[in-house]
Amino acid sequence: MADRGFDVRRQTGFTTIALACFVLLYLPIILLVIYSFNAGASIAIWEGFSWRWYQSAWANEQVQEATVRSLIIAVWASGISTSVAVLAALATTRTPRFRGQSAVFAMINQPLMVPEIVTAVALLIFFAMIKVATGYTGLFYLIIAHSAFCIPFAYLPVRARLQGMDLSLEQAAADLYASPFQVFRRITLPQLWPGILAGAMLAFVISLDDVVITEFVKSAGQDTLPTYMLGQLRRVVTPEINAISTVLLGISVTMVIAFTVLSKIRN
Amino acid sequence: MADLSDTAARRASRVRWMLLAPALTILLLAASGPLLITLVYSFLTPGAYGGVEWQLSFDAWFNVIMQRDIFDETLGWSDAHLSIFWRSVKLSLLTTVACVFFGFPTAYFIATRPKKQRDLWMLLIIIPFWTNLLIRTFAVVELIRNEGTVNSVLIALGIIDEPIQMLFTEFSIVLGMVYVYLPLMVLPLYASMERLDFSLIEAGYDLYATRLQVLRRIILPLVKPGLIAGSILVFVPSLGAYVTPRVMGGGNQLMIGNLIELQFGQGRNWPLGAALSITLLAVVMIALLAYVRAAGNEEVRHG
Repeated sequence: MADRGFDVRRQTGFTTIALACFVLLYLPIILLVIYSFNAGASIAIWEGFSWRWYQSAWANEQVQEATVRSLIIAVWASGISTSVAVLAALATTRTPRFRGQSAVFAMINQPLMVPEIVTAVALLIFFAMIKVATGYTGLFYLIIAHSAFCIPFAYLPVRARLQGMDLSLEQAAADLYASPFQVFRRITLPQLWPGILAGAMLAFVISLDDVVITEFVKSAGQDTLPTYMLGQLRRVVTPEINAISTVLLGISVTMVIAFTVLSKIRN
Repeated sequence: MADLSDTAARRASRVRWMLLAPALTILLLAASGPLLITLVYSFLTPGAYGGVEWQLSFDAWFNVIMQRDIFDETLGWSDAHLSIFWRSVKLSLLTTVACVFFGFPTAYFIATRPKKQRDLWMLLIIIPFWTNLLIRTFAVVELIRNEGTVNSVLIALGIIDEPIQMLFTEFSIVLGMVYVYLPLMVLPLYASMERLDFSLIEAGYDLYATRLQVLRRIILPLVKPGLIAGSILVFVPSLGAYVTPRVMGGGNQLMIGNLIELQFGQGRNWPLGAALSITLLAVVMIALLAYVRAAGNEEVRHG
């Protein structure tokens, strides 16, 4: 029965639905990118190719400020979250079960499990208390909020890398009287860097794309690119939003592909 | 000797907690700590201009599902809240069902490709997942708005005279959520299907089973853990969705996330917002516990 062209893997209609799925997944994004190059002000009627919306977004002061703010926050948040995540990953791999381990894992993974809106509201409440008490309303609130929800994204690739590592080199170094710090710097770190870089990039993208938590934590005049866009969606939308979206999409897609390549690098 | 290993263990433990301290401090400050404060806030009295008065009150929890009539002080169900809860659950379930309908064949399709192609197909699923949720939602808005692509094309073809109102309806919210959460269904389903033993299916056909019987009696039971995991992974963020119903629902079709936001804006009832948040969190935690159990079964099954 298996010969004569009968494919046991086939299920009627599945391939059609799957291919439709891929088309539907990419069609809206592709249209969004195409209309960012529209010469007219419509996002549905094509009037020829132009860079005008990229130029107008580039010249828009609010967009400039929001871009700079988004980048500052993303750089700080990915730097902080990756540094602390590397330390935490070192502390939680290759050790026997320790007291409080599940509590530690629960805390690290909390940002992945708690709905974003709940975290956002909790931060709004807590930071409002601090803002009243100290009078400080700067970017620090956004940076620490972003650092916190980026930690699991930075932690997971580093931990995966540490777990997949060959222990014999570290043992050999320790046998040759290298101090734990020397072992880390000379043996562990050079093998760990693809994991660290992958974690940092993931954290960067996650921070750059955040809407909900930023929307609730930001003080007046602290729009990032996504919250600026969210505010604009209430007004008449021009392809300028498409142009900004296209740039953000470009960054994300590049990062994801680089991340995939990095996590494939063998020890 | 026992002494020596004891000091070594203590030292290792100290080093471990020192390494963990920075991460835990940040998480305590900007994740776990604020949640506890939210719990406290749900038992306080709302301030006149937002914020709270430090006075114990159970009104917020009472108001989650009940209300007192303004005129005769009689108790009743809070119809407004209950209808929003119902909409949230209904739309999240619809989203989950639609994700199964589209995600199951897609995961199966990928799992039955030659081994070398599979990673590439999966990358196509993962890329949208890691791109901005707001932008993806906005992309769907552009497609279905009255002067958007779908309506323009249909009018140009003469199929319809007036645009179909798709945006700002419950349909558009479900469409948006399916679009953004579909990868969460495909990922665990694919993980189950990749390990499918096709000799079992072959055996089924040898015993004269039809394709539908093979699907129902062999494939479905084998990938059930992945199906459960995917369903919960889609249902949980749908239930707590905020951006999609805000952009797609246009302020009329509120879901729990939007109801919570309202309490911190126009509603000026922070304790109620806090109580609603904790309620949502509790429901999500129950769903996630079910997920952990399903994932646990999966591991046992595949040894």
